[in-house]
Formats: sequence, structure tokens, C-alpha cells
Amino acid sequence: MSYLLSQPGEVLTLLLQHLRMTGISLGIAIALAVPLALLVMRLRWLAVPVLGGLGVLYTVPSLALIIFLVPLFGLNATSVIVAMVLYTQVILVRNLTVGLVGINPAVLEAARGMGMSLSQRWWRVQVPLVLPVFLAGVRIAAIVAIAIATIGAKFNAGGLGKLLFDGIQTNRYDKIVAGAIAVAVLALVINGLLLALEHYAQPQQRLKKL
Amino acid sequence: MGTIQFDDVSLRFAGGARPAVNRVTCQVNSGEIVVILGPSGCGKTTLLKMVNRLYEPTGGNIFLDGVNIRKIKATKLRQQIGYVIQQSGLFPHMTVADNVAVVPKLLGWGKPQIQARIDELLELVKLPPGEFRNRYPAQLSGGQQQRVGIARALAGNPGIMLMDEPFGAIDAITRTALQDEILRLQGQLKKTILFVSHDVEEALRLADRILVMRLGEVVQFDTPFNLLTRPADEFVYNLLGADDMVRQLGLLRVGAAMMALPPNYSNGHNPTLSHLDSLRDALSLILKTGAPALTVLEEGNPVGLLTLDHIRESAVAGNGR
Repeated sequence: MSYLLSQPGEVLTLLLQHLRMTGISLGIAIALAVPLALLVMRLRWLAVPVLGGLGVLYTVPSLALIIFLVPLFGLNATSVIVAMVLYTQVILVRNLTVGLVGINPAVLEAARGMGMSLSQRWWRVQVPLVLPVFLAGVRIAAIVAIAIATIGAKFNAGGLGKLLFDGIQTNRYDKIVAGAIAVAVLALVINGLLLALEHYAQPQQRLKKL
Repeated sequence: MGTIQFDDVSLRFAGGARPAVNRVTCQVNSGEIVVILGPSGCGKTTLLKMVNRLYEPTGGNIFLDGVNIRKIKATKLRQQIGYVIQQSGLFPHMTVADNVAVVPKLLGWGKPQIQARIDELLELVKLPPGEFRNRYPAQLSGGQQQRVGIARALAGNPGIMLMDEPFGAIDAITRTALQDEILRLQGQLKKTILFVSHDVEEALRLADRILVMRLGEVVQFDTPFNLLTRPADEFVYNLLGADDMVRQLGLLRVGAAMMALPPNYSNGHNPTLSHLDSLRDALSLILKTGAPALTVLEEGNPVGLLTLDHIRESAVAGNGR
């Protein structure tokens, strides 16, 4: 704890590196997951190979996966970000497809029967209905990404993990504790923010609880 | 405005052994409630969904007020036709008001006009706007949801309403209330209503004419009275349960069996009943009062006479096979 207070500048730099890695990887992951999920929705037979393949990928330990990627992308943040993107795919694609499949077919039929075009149905009906489920996926993906980014310090990617690994190497318990606390707080804060967003995205649920 | 004409309409789904709808030719007149009745798989929903081009016929043409619907853009066509489905299909993320506003928004109405329309329609379906406007569908009962579904379908002021088993998933008491509601609304609005049902009683209650379908074909298209009294074949006879006399009397309206008021009619001491009452009500009234004849009222004015003989004739005609 004292380390956090005595070295705020260093901790802040590492925190920003951590956030940057998480943000970039989530951005890329979402940009990939949305078209992938739509493809799976369109071609249902793809669901098993795509989700299965991504699921298998998820079982590979993150350390091992990053090691595989180093020869391709170098010993830097890129390898770590690619690993984060790969890991979060299964979560995002699954949540999005489950969410889209879960929309009551009667609702979609009503939308069509009332004369909404394809894009009106997507933006006015499907997106708002799937958003809470999708955001739940983003939240889990963000936590996973924060965890993997911590490992990234081992691969020259910076981030709060650096405090942990430096601390272990130099027997500096204050650094280890500082790193652990910082990562935990970051994960909790991001989780809380996304949870609030999720809540905001479903007014009908909010009212139901009243 | 609101005539629907089917001209030799067929639809064979890819891989289907027989056409789902086979060479249907008939006309639904403006302001009429036509119930499409038949067992599941008879093609009744398929026929309905061709009217708003959710399905495209593989043969024949459909005309609305003489215009071939193939010539109208599908989304434009659907915006002009009210559509009510089973389980309402309300948008769960929108309030009642927003649900009702969907079609007016698609039609590009101005904000004040839409707001006024929402209140008007909620009043019409007896959901006080002050209480229901800002509720979400999940906060409504099944019957209330379907009322919103009806208000939503009426929002764009369509000449034609398509209703696909709208009350199929609703309990019997609420269903009867909603059927009364449809008849009440129809008295005010005079839409052309095409209503799919597999419920014979519902069809007899609501329909001006019933289109009986079987295996994709129209078996008979006639008034409830004629279907009961002159069924086209054994299938219609059995479908309508025409051999159950008391039930049949409960389904026939007094207006269809009465005789016109004789010219020398003077307002005697006859008990009175409405032309919308059933023959069963009439029979019970005759037995209870012992009167030889009943005077039939329409909006308070006498329009006809009904005697036991008339009831017997209707029953005999229905059971004459």
C-alpha cells in the first residue's frame, strides 16, 4: 500500500499502459465478434465449429498462448493484445449469438409485419434487445483482458503486472502487494462501470424491480 | 376502401408435399369481419400472411382495392395494414406509448400528432393513458398486452386489419372480453378484418362471414348462419359441431333467424331482446315468460319478431342432414 502512495507516478504510468492494452484489445475483439456473430446467425451450421474452436482456444493457458504468438508478433505488447483478443472472442461471440437467438420470434415478426425495413429492425429492435446481454459479455471479457494484461508484463508489454513480476524478482513484497491491489481495484472498477451501463441499457428490467 | 381480393392464389413451400394454399379465389368486402377457420396446417395463417407479403404466393395474385400488392413495396404495404399476432409481439424494451407509436413514426407523422394518437388509441382500447402510457409490456397482463397490440395495429389508421390467432394464448374469460371489444371497436371503426382462428365459437361470435379451409383449400365461405344450417359437406358439419343443437342455438344470433316486423305490428306486451343475442337466450326467454313471440330490438328500436317456430326452423335446418 505504501508503495502505491510513494510512487504514484510510476503506478499511474503502468495503470495507463494496462488500460491501453485492455482498451485496444476489447475494441478489436468487439469489432471482430459482431460480424462473426452475425455470420453465425446467418449460417447456423457455423455455430458449432466457430464456438467450439473459440472454446478450445480459451482452454489454452494464457502464458502458453502468448509464447506461441511471440515468434509472430515479437516480444512486445502486440503479442499480448492478440492473445487478449483471441481469448475474449469466445465470450463475446457466444453472448451475442445467445442474445440474438433469445429474442422472441413474435417480436421480430411483429417488427416485420408492421413494415420495418431490415436496418430499422436491426437498430430499433434487435440492437436494444441484445445490448444488455452483449454488455454482460463485454464485462466478463474486460475482466479476462485485465487478467491477461497482467501476464503481459512478462513479455515486455508493461502494465501493472510489472509491479508483481519485479517484486517477485527483487523480493520486494511492497511492490507485489501494490501490484495486486492495483489490478484488483482496476478490475472491480471496470466491472462496476460496465455493470452500471448494462443496467442502464435495460429500462424495462429496472422498472420491473420497483 | 379495404377490399381484399384473392385471385387463384397458391403457395407451395420449397420441399412441401402439397401446396400450403391451393388456388384460393375469394373476395373480402370492405368493412367486413372474415374469420379464416380450420384445423392446424390447413393454410389459414399462410393465406393471411400473403396479404401483407410476409409470404409471397407462388401462383395467383392478391388485390387491395383493385391494386395488385406485388406492385406495392413490401414495407409500405405493411405500414398500411394493421397486424396483430398471437402473444402480442410487443417490443419489450419500449413503453406502451412507444409501442403504439411505431407505425406512425415509420409513416413520418409529426410529434404532437403521434402523442395525440397514442392517447386516443389507449382510450379506445380502455387502457387509461395516464396509467398505462409509460408502462412496459412486462408490467401488463396478457389481456392488457393484447389490447396494446390492437392499439398498435390501429395506430397508422389502416383500412385493413390482419389478426393471426390474436387471442389464442389468452384465458377463456379474457378472450370473450377481447372478442366483445373487437365487435365494439368494429362498430365504431368499420375496418376490413381478416381474422385467423381455430376456435369455432370465436369464429361464430366475430365473423360476418367465415372462410373454412382444409388442406390449403377453401371448403366453404359463408355466413355463420348458413354454415350451421347449410354446411357444404361432412367436414364443415363436423367442424362446426352442427349436431349439438343447444350449442348451435347458443351460436346463432337472433337477428339471423327472426322475421321482419309485420306491417300491422303494434307494440304489444312481448318480451324484448337484442338482435345480437343468441337463439339460446331467446329460447330461454320464451320458456321463462311463456310469451308466444319476442320483439327483437336493434339499438332500442323494434326490428323483428321471433317465435318458437323460428327457433325450431333454424335448428331443423341445421340438423336437416
